[in-house]
Amino acid sequence: MKENGLIEFRWHGRGGQGAKTACLLLADAAFCSGKYVQGFPEYGPERMGAPITAYNRISDVRCSVHCNIENPDYVVVVDETLLDSVDVTHGLSPEGAVIVNTAHSPAQIREKLRGWQGRVCTIDARRISEETLGKNFPNTPMLAAAVKVSGVLEEAKFKKDMEDSFHHKFATKPQVVAGNMAALVQAWEEVQAG
Amino acid sequence: MNYNERLSGNEAIAFAMKQIDPDVMAAFPITPSTEIPQYFAQYVANGEVNTEFVPVESEHSSMSACIGAEAAGARAITATSSAGLALMYEMMYVAASCRLPITLACVNRALSGPININNDHSDSMGIRDAGWIQIYAENNQEAYDNFLQAMPIGESPEVRLPVMICQDGFITSHALENIVLLDTDSVKQFVGEYHPEHYLLKKANPLAVGPYDLGCHYMEHKVQQAEAMKHAKARILEVAKQFEALTGRKYGLFEEYQMEDAEVAVLLIGSSAGTAKAAVDQLRKAGVKAGLIKIRVFRPFPAEELAQALAHVKVLAILDKAESFSANGGPLFSEVRGALYDLKHRPRTVGYVYGLGGRDITPEHFKDIYARLTDIANGGELGPVYTHLGQRG
Repeated sequence: MKENGLIEFRWHGRGGQGAKTACLLLADAAFCSGKYVQGFPEYGPERMGAPITAYNRISDVRCSVHCNIENPDYVVVVDETLLDSVDVTHGLSPEGAVIVNTAHSPAQIREKLRGWQGRVCTIDARRISEETLGKNFPNTPMLAAAVKVSGVLEEAKFKKDMEDSFHHKFATKPQVVAGNMAALVQAWEEVQAG
Repeated sequence: MNYNERLSGNEAIAFAMKQIDPDVMAAFPITPSTEIPQYFAQYVANGEVNTEFVPVESEHSSMSACIGAEAAGARAITATSSAGLALMYEMMYVAASCRLPITLACVNRALSGPININNDHSDSMGIRDAGWIQIYAENNQEAYDNFLQAMPIGESPEVRLPVMICQDGFITSHALENIVLLDTDSVKQFVGEYHPEHYLLKKANPLAVGPYDLGCHYMEHKVQQAEAMKHAKARILEVAKQFEALTGRKYGLFEEYQMEDAEVAVLLIGSSAGTAKAAVDQLRKAGVKAGLIKIRVFRPFPAEELAQALAHVKVLAILDKAESFSANGGPLFSEVRGALYDLKHRPRTVGYVYGLGGRDITPEHFKDIYARLTDIANGGELGPVYTHLGQRG
């Protein structure tokens, strides 16, 4: 554990997939749990499908550091095709974990992780979101998986805060709140560690 | 009256603008400040503010519209970045010399070329001599707090100067972080109403704004402007005191971090100061007498105050997030070095240009700088005083 309970996340996704949104949602959920948070994407020319990175710092005290995260505790990969081109576990803490959106098992994903020895977790966020929301919106299930694997937030409080947050976020389309909550709960149950 | 929220730097500025509810906002969108007029336009559309929003066709026009509005007696604001600020250049001088206390939210971004959307300070540093007060923030909280203090400073009769509230593009403008907000009634009371003594539409005392000035008067007017900038220093501190009484958050012309017994120190502006503080904390634990100064107010420049704060330091690194192509270091380097000249025992100084176009700077970079300063303090070679940090090759 880093000083002041600091836990750092790095998100890898592709432009338009919602990795930045998931990163901001995690910051939001952690704020609701009384934590100090940072949620920030690394900006460049914004193109649909281009690799993007986003970061979270979650801590018990205000974090003054304002640089990118080089040694995250957890890495979340929203698009598994990135594993071919991006060294996602670079700098990742050996005690941490990588969480990948995939239909494959942790053992199968490990083969693509360039010798990574630490924990590998998988979640089929695409299937879950298609089952619960009818479309491929992987960010809610990925958020649930990241929170569960990291243990950064208490389960009941997290789920309650997310429900409130969805009601607020989707005030004009309340019909999607139930689907998002179902995606969150299902992902919480289904995430696999290996 | 204080309450906790989580907002990005841009959200924080837009929210401060909403709470102030100024008479006029004129703006043209440019990355990374676009969100500010975007959010504010939503407040206007929702009827949450009474502001006249002027969606102009360029930044030259947004500043011109602000000048017209402010000269007429209204309170006017705008937001911009980089090339947008550059396009305002001509009108920035007009605003300051007409003594119109416009408030501008500057979200710092590199200037072309090569074209780049990320953070450095080349935009606001390039316009540092236009006669605007410049106040910089380390994070979203400071951006919000500084914006609330801008009008009480600029509109004060002994100052009457426009104010630029700067924050680092993306690094703070787009980062969601905790923030403590003031309730809107307290903000309105603190900022107050704008009642200028003279203005264009005051029937009882017709006024010309911006007329031609011959050599026989031009210099007197410039000296008055220079005097106003001198007065601004005291006013900035006065407003900071009032703000502290209201919020408990303390501000000065610069922040001193672990400076009391510091032997080696780093001086810089903006969000990287927070990153440097982490390095100072680690070095202090290892027994290194490291300190840091973060400039909050660059215009007016706190020369005497800095000299006093740095008098006991052995070696100082001055970091510029702008390349001024002087072939002799950045603008902060030159001005701080100048400020130290009259000290009897002045620190030795080295300059670095860093972070151009969004180049990341980490606590490790700062530890390397402090190691070099410590070596110099122990009798090592000073080495080159104008270098670039973290560049390849």
